[in-house]
Amino acid sequence: MSTYNISHLQELEAESIHIIREVAAEFENPVMLYSIGKDSSVMVRLAEKAFAPGKVPFPLMHIDSRWKFREMIEFRDSYAKKYGWNLIVESNEEAFNAGVGPFTHGSKVHTDLMKTKALLDALNKYKFDAAFGGARRDEEKSRAKERIFSFRDQFQQWDPKNQRPELWDIYNSRVHKGESIRVFPLSNWTELDIWQYIRLENIPIVPLYYAKERPCVEIDGNLIMADDDRLPKELLPQVKNRMVRFRTLGCWPLTGAVESEAATIEEIVEEMMTTTKSERTTRVIDFDQEASMEQKKREGYF
Amino acid sequence: MDKSLDIKAFLDADEKKDLLRLLTAGSVDDGKSTLIGRLLFDSKKLYEDQLTALERDSKRVGNAGAGQIDYALLLDGLKAEREEGITIDVAYRYFSTNARKFIIADTPGHEQYTRNMITGGSTANLAIILVDARTGVITQTRRHTFLVSLLGIKHIVLAVNKMDLVDFDQKVFNDITAEYLKLTDQLGIEDVTCFPLSALDGDNVVEKSQRTPWYEGPSLLDFLENVPIHLDRNMQDFRYPVQYVLRPNLDFRGFCAKIASGVVRKGDEIVALPSLKRSRVKSIVTYEGELQEAFCPQCVTLTLEDEIDISRGEMLVHPDNLPHIGRRFETMLVWMDEEPMNRGKQFFLKHNTNTTRATVDAVDFRVDVNTMEHLEGADLRLNEIASVRITTAKTLFFDSYAQNRATGNFVLIDPITNNTSAVGMIVRPIEDNDEAYDALPVLDLTKLGITAEQQQVVEKVVKELSRQGLEIKIIK
Repeated sequence: MSTYNISHLQELEAESIHIIREVAAEFENPVMLYSIGKDSSVMVRLAEKAFAPGKVPFPLMHIDSRWKFREMIEFRDSYAKKYGWNLIVESNEEAFNAGVGPFTHGSKVHTDLMKTKALLDALNKYKFDAAFGGARRDEEKSRAKERIFSFRDQFQQWDPKNQRPELWDIYNSRVHKGESIRVFPLSNWTELDIWQYIRLENIPIVPLYYAKERPCVEIDGNLIMADDDRLPKELLPQVKNRMVRFRTLGCWPLTGAVESEAATIEEIVEEMMTTTKSERTTRVIDFDQEASMEQKKREGYF
Repeated sequence: MDKSLDIKAFLDADEKKDLLRLLTAGSVDDGKSTLIGRLLFDSKKLYEDQLTALERDSKRVGNAGAGQIDYALLLDGLKAEREEGITIDVAYRYFSTNARKFIIADTPGHEQYTRNMITGGSTANLAIILVDARTGVITQTRRHTFLVSLLGIKHIVLAVNKMDLVDFDQKVFNDITAEYLKLTDQLGIEDVTCFPLSALDGDNVVEKSQRTPWYEGPSLLDFLENVPIHLDRNMQDFRYPVQYVLRPNLDFRGFCAKIASGVVRKGDEIVALPSLKRSRVKSIVTYEGELQEAFCPQCVTLTLEDEIDISRGEMLVHPDNLPHIGRRFETMLVWMDEEPMNRGKQFFLKHNTNTTRATVDAVDFRVDVNTMEHLEGADLRLNEIASVRITTAKTLFFDSYAQNRATGNFVLIDPITNNTSAVGMIVRPIEDNDEAYDALPVLDLTKLGITAEQQQVVEKVVKELSRQGLEIKIIK
């Protein structure tokens, strides 16, 4: 008799596919939030697996802060086209037209308006009752306490003290009108699991994750890539080509690069295993204030 | 040696590791967070910047002495908790060693948070129960152990911590373990392993300690890396709770599910519940291609030889191995809601992929979680546990929790607040000879003069209502 062993990646994959199917079966109008990052790429592949040989029965939505790396947008559009995804792109046009951006308004105002508000407006506009996000519990302390099906009230707020008990693989999907659930199918994946899976499954990711010479400038200790001509002019003379890569992707003025030679997944993993910094240190927004991610989650940001 | 070969070999090995989910229970005073912090720290998964933040926080709010790292701060994530100095909810931690990946569900020990321990432990393979060597087995230890046995967690580790404060005295350790084994015997827990530890100093956590020469067992981490868990899954009883029906085109009709237990092979004869229609497995479909066999907990899609109508909530099983089929059962119930139970109130009951209306008919007895004594039956309050009888509107396909964790559990959802009010572990079916429970509302389509074309619409609505837990019988 065979022993029916299952590896941790197979177990995590099964858990995620089960969650994704459960949402498709129990909600009327779900959406998958797509950030274009590596975790999103894995989540999207898991959705494709969940419904193969059929098509995924919900759209992808990208909240475009209008300050994303250009390579991210190119990747997003070609991926959606290649795999036939129904892709929704939403932005806070009003704030964008008013000139809101991280250089002029700071990271807090920029994130509040271009990410949180844009997301909340988009969720209201389409009346989605469930939204998948690619967050992992190993990323950050407040996320480590969040349920896989995370209830949000009519204002999209998370209440960490009032979470629904979540047991076994039974997920409570019942909501009243206007309320919704954020669903995190990758909750139990770690950063290393994600890279392993990308490697095993040959999942395409944005080239920014791989090391390359890129024009960078140091701002407040972060290595910022000069991705377009909105970099403040006074910083231009300090821009230098450096061999860097990105461990996370977001708005280019808020995402620090790391100096690296890692140009393959194996090299990235090796760097990760020996590195002394965890991935969120390259995200500027986490350091705004004490417990800032928890605060943002309470307000509706992921 | 070529470095890239090294990392490739590492990744190839890492990819094959299995996953151990573990629950830790104990109070702040038992040094639970310190033990977890130590496991994370010593297995070299603590990144430097997390450490830097830790040192900064330790100086400001830490409860450890001057100059000491407070490992507990690594785990107490939420702002409110940091202020109160206690962990208020389940927190998940991840680490891996060369042998295995681990997920730790860290739950608080305070009485009012029993529901969090139940939440954190539902998927655990193993539980670590902490006791302070100075106090030994206390009421809280009994409570935690009872909850672990209720959850059906197969392996228990008793971590006798703070051995440094009793001079690593073998007698203290032996007395505590003897008392504890009496308790686990009483609860019928078979696999219990006891460790003398000092989480603060690291004795017997990762490395065997020089200070306990009388202790012959492995270190805690060594044990966690090697305890066999693949036999804990139920591989005998094939249960396939249909989750989603896939119809990408007219030629393909697939039934998606996570295999709850057991094994299925191509060509197997299956029976669909509740229709009792039989067919054979034509193919086991995945994104990667077809499989010859699949087993729990894999997610697959089955196609059948015959065209039979199956929807979400129904179950495929082998004809010679059926679950209980019925609407009444006896069950252990843990009340998780601030709002007390109300007998006779209708709840939604979610069991596998089925949602139905249900009522709690009777409370046979409540259990004192501290003494395990049976108390008289009464409506339950938050964190209370009882043996109750439940009737559902829809027929369910279930096993006892002891026999099959995956098909023996359910939750009760309050239809007004939508809160998950209670969770249950089924003990046994109740034979249904009470006709009163069969009084479903009936729609006689012919009598009502509904034409053939309209019938389909009515049937669709009835099916949707059934999906929402409202059962209506149709007569044509």
